Amino acid sequence: MSLGSAPRPGPLRRRLSGLGGRRDPEPGLSNTPPAAMGLLSDPHYRRALSRLVLRLNTPLCALSYVAGLGWFLALAFQPLAPRTYMSENAMGSTMVEEQFLFGERALSYAREFAGHKKKVGGMPVAWLEKTMWSLGLEVYQQPFARTLPFPDETRERYMVKGTNVYGILRAPRAASTESLVLSVPCTEGPHNNQAVGLMLALAAYFRGQIYWAKDIIFLVNEHDLLGMEAWLEAYHDVNVTEVRSSGTLGRAGAIQAAISLELSSDVVTSFDVAVEGLNGQLPNLDLLNLFHAFCQKNGLLCTIQGKLPRSDWDSLPAYAHSLQTLLLMVLSQASGRPRGDHGLFLRYRIEAITLRGINSFRQYKYDMTTVGKTLEGMFRKLNNLLERLHQSYFFYLLPSLSRFVSIGIYMPAFGFLILVLILKALDLWLKLSKCEPGGGPPPHPLFPPLPAPTIFLILIPLFCQDSRPGLLVLVPPVLICQAAGLALYCLPVLGQRVATQHFPVSEAEAVVLTAIAIYVAGMALPHSTHRVLAGASSDRGWMTLKLLALLYLALQLGCLALLNFSLGFLLAATMVPAAAAVQPNGPRVLLAALLVLATPAATLLLGIFLQRELVEAPAAAGEGWQLFLAAVGEGLLQHHLYGALPFPFLALCAYPAWLLLWNVLFWK
Amino acid sequence: MAAAAGALFLLLVAAAGPGRAGAGRARRDALREELLLSPLPAGDVAATFQFRTRWDADLPRGAGTDHHLLRYAVLPREVVCTENLTPWKKLLPCGSKAGLAVLLKAERLFHSSYHSQAVHIRPICRDASCLAVSWELRQTLTVVFDTFSSGQGKKDWSLFKMFSRTLTDACPLASQSKVYVDISPKNKEKELLEVTPTPASVYEAIVQGDKRTYAVYDLLSPSLFNTSRSLNVQLKWKRPQDSSELPTPILHAQRYVSGYGLQTGEISTLIYNTHPYRAFPVILLETVPWYLRLYVHTLTIITKGKENKPSYIHYQPAQDRRRPHLLEMLIQLPANSVTKITIQFERALLKWTEYTPDPNHGFYVSSSVLSALVPSVIAMKDVDVEQSPLFTSLFPSSDGSSYFVRLYTEPLLVNLPTPDFSMPYNVICLTCTVVAVCYGSFYNLLTRTFHVEEPTRGGLAKRLANIIRKFRGVPPL
Repeated sequence: MSLGSAPRPGPLRRRLSGLGGRRDPEPGLSNTPPAAMGLLSDPHYRRALSRLVLRLNTPLCALSYVAGLGWFLALAFQPLAPRTYMSENAMGSTMVEEQFLFGERALSYAREFAGHKKKVGGMPVAWLEKTMWSLGLEVYQQPFARTLPFPDETRERYMVKGTNVYGILRAPRAASTESLVLSVPCTEGPHNNQAVGLMLALAAYFRGQIYWAKDIIFLVNEHDLLGMEAWLEAYHDVNVTEVRSSGTLGRAGAIQAAISLELSSDVVTSFDVAVEGLNGQLPNLDLLNLFHAFCQKNGLLCTIQGKLPRSDWDSLPAYAHSLQTLLLMVLSQASGRPRGDHGLFLRYRIEAITLRGINSFRQYKYDMTTVGKTLEGMFRKLNNLLERLHQSYFFYLLPSLSRFVSIGIYMPAFGFLILVLILKALDLWLKLSKCEPGGGPPPHPLFPPLPAPTIFLILIPLFCQDSRPGLLVLVPPVLICQAAGLALYCLPVLGQRVATQHFPVSEAEAVVLTAIAIYVAGMALPHSTHRVLAGASSDRGWMTLKLLALLYLALQLGCLALLNFSLGFLLAATMVPAAAAVQPNGPRVLLAALLVLATPAATLLLGIFLQRELVEAPAAAGEGWQLFLAAVGEGLLQHHLYGALPFPFLALCAYPAWLLLWNVLFWK
Repeated sequence: MAAAAGALFLLLVAAAGPGRAGAGRARRDALREELLLSPLPAGDVAATFQFRTRWDADLPRGAGTDHHLLRYAVLPREVVCTENLTPWKKLLPCGSKAGLAVLLKAERLFHSSYHSQAVHIRPICRDASCLAVSWELRQTLTVVFDTFSSGQGKKDWSLFKMFSRTLTDACPLASQSKVYVDISPKNKEKELLEVTPTPASVYEAIVQGDKRTYAVYDLLSPSLFNTSRSLNVQLKWKRPQDSSELPTPILHAQRYVSGYGLQTGEISTLIYNTHPYRAFPVILLETVPWYLRLYVHTLTIITKGKENKPSYIHYQPAQDRRRPHLLEMLIQLPANSVTKITIQFERALLKWTEYTPDPNHGFYVSSSVLSALVPSVIAMKDVDVEQSPLFTSLFPSSDGSSYFVRLYTEPLLVNLPTPDFSMPYNVICLTCTVVAVCYGSFYNLLTRTFHVEEPTRGGLAKRLANIIRKFRGVPPL
């Protein structure tokens, strides 16, 4: 064979081969390639490898996909998930003796608060201010207003006005450089009064102590997350969203940790802890460990994802149980939506969790004193912190409260899924870079079909343009898909007025239905654009497009998995098989069905059903559809209100990539 | 109040030391001591001790301070505690054995919500012609006891309750030893406080633009200890406090870091002038460590929505690892206004040996200092400095219409990008692996070409011959 090098080796090449320590006078002879790089530099090996990739592509892909799913399922297997442990020195070794005894006082505060709340018909700002003041806190209020991009029908709000009230307990003799936050949402109806009561009782007790080294902020926020976002933005003096707030603010330095408390009954049977924050961010595992440690110390029953811990671990039901917990966590993290008011703190690098008091039909109940003691203990340990919480894990999955899966263990599951896309892309690339001997002019002498040096390999499709469709063919579909994504991102909110004028729907419905309409219409848009260009009819056209789509998808999912593993994994698990299988000349109906099932919207729908199944409240088809509509609206709102990323990611990245695959399927 | 309670400020005036002069002949007026008790509107009580020791030095008064020797240093991380109190007490002529100093019991002083301690040394003129100077050592200590942490909710105070001691005598070396209690009536109504025992005299003064009345107990007067052997001043509120309306000081400030993330940030300072009709200038002195790289072009000063151009700016840029940024500005504060001063910064990457222990705690930025002549609401009359109580010198007034205030804002805690110090070994291993495996082989692949040489195998005979030659150790055919 006459091969892909210039007749005379260049000086650089000669020198390199000299440096390589070969005795051969001819450079690049492959008799003794270095062991580490032999696979790629030895043409024999390379040819064998590419043959392997080509021949065994489908089995390899299937194997890799199964391995990925299997790995993920194995994560819930207890021996693979180590026990959690406290990493932070300042919190681990110190002893705290809790002395909070004012459970009755908390309840009387709660009753008083409930009465005033009823009287005012909202947040009793004046009463709260007066009470906090009489407890010896520095009290501030922060009025805020926010007009939602479209009405939120599930919570019935559009133009929101509210007031946050907070009191600062100044640490004695300290200079207000650090603080901790205890926040309680003031929700409508009879909910959460006990949390306010307990917070006030704790504030009264904390005020009398002199050991505080950090200021403590007691915050009652109205309109749950909206109020929290307004408060956090005002505290940090930034404007990320369009919330407007006023009032002079007292500040207490850098917030180190925050706990959000939700409690709606006088006694509790258990505590549920929520960790997932905005965009699937998680607090440092040490904060969770701290809560768990104090629950155990006070004999409090605590759960995660509403699932009780099991004592056994080596039985099949136990495995199923932890798998359910893990799946619930993955689903809720993937939704990118904060599972409690703590979720917005994480953006500011403030470690935060939400504690929810549950009162179920269990026999053994805990009173306010025990709950207060737990919180007191946590705050005193947080008060001991020398540094921000940073010692423990920030990326983890929890199959139960006492066990965790760290990023090093769960990432391979995702890696195997992405490997499918890469194998498929490699397969296409090798096929594409092989110029068919039959059609077109003979292969260019400079560019050998296989094995070519890597640097030339990249250029082949460009140079082969004369005989095959070039990259130009790909431009219209890519542009159209991206434009469809952009339309999906912008139009629903921009066009809501037009939609409500022409159709008998409310604004919120208009937004959701427009989004779905654009989503579906995107599938009908672009199938014939490439026909305009000549020479697009061969197989190479769709292969190049598919190659591009696969790489695009792999890149997106890879980046996403680093930020929000759960969303990345769920999308990969659904989209990868369809993306790998799709081609225009096959069982087209079957493939189309598979691809439709793999679309992100279908993933969302399936996720909703799965979630309802896991919390043992299965949804019927109609209810599931309603939930789906609500989730779409919620996703848009979350993005506009708090800057949540799943909606823009799906609209601007995943959906266009999926449309490209759809294009491949209908390539003529 | 934006006074930094805990930070330890060191003001070093590098003038000549006091020398040996005057040490031997302690005169009777060498020490003046006093305690000022001022009940605060919320029911707390502030106690300020002031001790002034004076001795004559033989040094002539210099032509002025050499400003090159003037140093300003702050340790914002340091908090005042017992180890600062003990040496401070040792500077007193009577130690803590007699006089007002018996009240200085560390256990009680640090069971308070505010604690501030100071030492000042300054030369003062011995007479009007000022040919010779005396040296004065002034020690002040202020603590605030609050009703919540020490009073079990009761708002009545006594010396015994505050310090768990009572006064029995004056320091034998003191020329003056007095206890003042602020009994000023609020809003010209009847007095709110009842003080026992009944004070011998009452003193009226204008402090910080406010008319104040003080009950005076002179420990040197023999009549005081006639009836009882110890003095335990008691304060009783006559009526419950209407505590929700606190008087706001005319000048106060707030400082904070805004923004999030570890790349940039913004230092914001809010300065409030609550005077109803007078504007006044304020000097803002800011020192920012070099590892916050200030963007000076982003300095904005906004008052009432408009830009407020400072009349004077002195800026000394930082030098890495050598000196901090120094920014000094003279700003006019309009009446009844809030002035917001913001400046953006970038967080620098330190060398890994430069991080302090506990680097994730953050790095401190010292307080900025606000100095102003605050216009007084009430006209003040000039008083004889020597005769007036010492505490008035804490708030010296230049003329009758204004008084001097110096405020220290909060120190700031800023997080810098911090490496994970627990895994240098992992990082080294990973880096080496990446370089060795990926870089090496990719470089090799990109710079060299490989091609297959079609083996000309020849016949079976040749191959056999070659095998035999190989065994013999001669090169093949």
